[in-house]
Amino acid sequence: MSSWIKKSAAELADALAAGEVTSVELTQAHLDRIAAVDGDADSGVHAFLHVDAEGALAQAKASDERRAAGIPASRLDGVPIAVKDILTTIGTPTTAGSKILEGWIPPYDATVVKKLKDAGLPILGKTNMDEFAMGSSTEQSAFGPTRNPWDQSRIPGGSGGGSAAAVAAFEAPLAIGTDTGGSIRQPGAVTGTVGVKPTYGGVSRYGLIAMANSLDQVGPVTRTVLDSALLHEVIGGHDPLDSTSIDAPVGDLADAARHGAGGDLTGVRVGVITELGGEGYQAGVLAKFNESLELLRSAGAEVVEVSCPHFVHALATYYLLMPSEASSNLAKFDAMRFGLRVVPDGDPSAEDVMRASRDAGFGDEVKRRIILGTYALSSGYYDAYYGQAQKVRTLITQDFDKAFESVDVLVSPTSPTTAFKLGEKTDDPLAMYLNDLATIPANLAGVPGISLPNGLAEEDGLPSGFQILAPVTEDARLYRVGAALEALLEKNWGGPILDRLPELEGVQA
Amino acid sequence: MPEITRDEVAHLADLARIDLSDAELDHLAPQLSVILESVASLSEVTSADVPPTSHALPLTNVFREDVVRPGLTAEQALAAAPASEQQRFMVPRILGDEQ
Repeated sequence: MSSWIKKSAAELADALAAGEVTSVELTQAHLDRIAAVDGDADSGVHAFLHVDAEGALAQAKASDERRAAGIPASRLDGVPIAVKDILTTIGTPTTAGSKILEGWIPPYDATVVKKLKDAGLPILGKTNMDEFAMGSSTEQSAFGPTRNPWDQSRIPGGSGGGSAAAVAAFEAPLAIGTDTGGSIRQPGAVTGTVGVKPTYGGVSRYGLIAMANSLDQVGPVTRTVLDSALLHEVIGGHDPLDSTSIDAPVGDLADAARHGAGGDLTGVRVGVITELGGEGYQAGVLAKFNESLELLRSAGAEVVEVSCPHFVHALATYYLLMPSEASSNLAKFDAMRFGLRVVPDGDPSAEDVMRASRDAGFGDEVKRRIILGTYALSSGYYDAYYGQAQKVRTLITQDFDKAFESVDVLVSPTSPTTAFKLGEKTDDPLAMYLNDLATIPANLAGVPGISLPNGLAEEDGLPSGFQILAPVTEDARLYRVGAALEALLEKNWGGPILDRLPELEGVQA
Repeated sequence: MPEITRDEVAHLADLARIDLSDAELDHLAPQLSVILESVASLSEVTSADVPPTSHALPLTNVFREDVVRPGLTAEQALAAAPASEQQRFMVPRILGDEQ
């Protein structure tokens, strides 16, 4: 195993700049690691749905040529990356984890993918996910689950379990995720990695296969807070192709992370959200959370409790708004212009073909949400469900506004539990939904959030996550406070948490 | 809020253009009832005077310059089509016998 794969992206960028390693060497080292541990649907980590060795090596070669000519495209030029299979990529398959898109090769790049290519990051491949990002375990992928590198009998979180597991298993130094209700942060928490959901509108959604447009956001998946900041700077910023994109510069996030890593939080006011803790949260997760609060206090932060009374309704609000938007978005999979077409016997009409194709192409959870959304939007129920949820969304946003009048950041455990066993909750939708209890409010209000690893729970030795939330467009605060906590934790641990990842067994090629 | 019946699920699946088998209907209907029951608490939140939020950020009227931009070629647009003919998407018949 090459020693390069355990380095952070920032370290790799420095090594590339110093001429200590080439992008081709780095890219090959990660491709070798993928070949050794990723396996397939039946064994191994299975973080990838598609590996593009040839394309990645060609991009790496071009990067090395730019370095040699003294014209690197960006600081991260040459550092390889994995991309969640929900962002379109010219020439490589994009499935969103669904049978209905199996084999689809998009004719255009998502803006985020274009930015990665322009910045010179070789794309190793596309990562596994719950179908159309609907899930918290990656078990709803039509192509088989991803397994948690900490314990391969357990879930890696979801929907972006592939991206989080790829980074945790040292198959990629960086990855891209998307977060509609926690799909970047919750996988981060259960795999001991860092994940950031930027402010809504902070990163372009053009080329992101939409689940719920008003909630979806693209963001970084990494092993360190600084790496997330560096990647966020690459992918963030205004995009005229996304009308909800914020027309303002992304800001100097890496600077905020470097500042924070000094470990001084004097004068920073941290609010602990009363409603996101206590009952339903695993004891070991709460214990780690309280230890992290102590560290923040020791760094000079003022830690107070803040109540956000409407957060108890966030899950219900989300499970009306999200399916409503999803049922409308997924109407485009109609077997006419792209995607799976199933033709029943006889002389079927376009509508018959549509029904048969959608039944064969969509998995259980997608069907559940389409039907739930269709119900919430139907006349007679619209006001009681969809309309009422939109109003409660306003109340949740107002809770955030009020809380941020008295504190700079809000904090909670990211996920109520550590990684659970594969299969444990697949047929109990409500139990699965509860995993996103603490992450959903941020999506409803559009505020940015980060999850970083804050220890291993005592009862099972599995990673837990610490969530930090900041006001809209104040993403820099996540990086300052996150990097400070990370530095304090690593000082106590004597190194990164992933140093304690069990050795992964090789899989048969 | 009312419980959702198997017939209602069948009707909704019809509206959503998904052919659900009997087994799927048996499986989905009770699950959907449980989910709906869990969201019922929202109706008790007092919010008569609260304006609805449809989007996280209050953006209105985003315009762009009316300039020609390159788009997909017909070949690119049709590349993933299940069937095409004469630079067009080919679809099954749209009308039934009774229409």
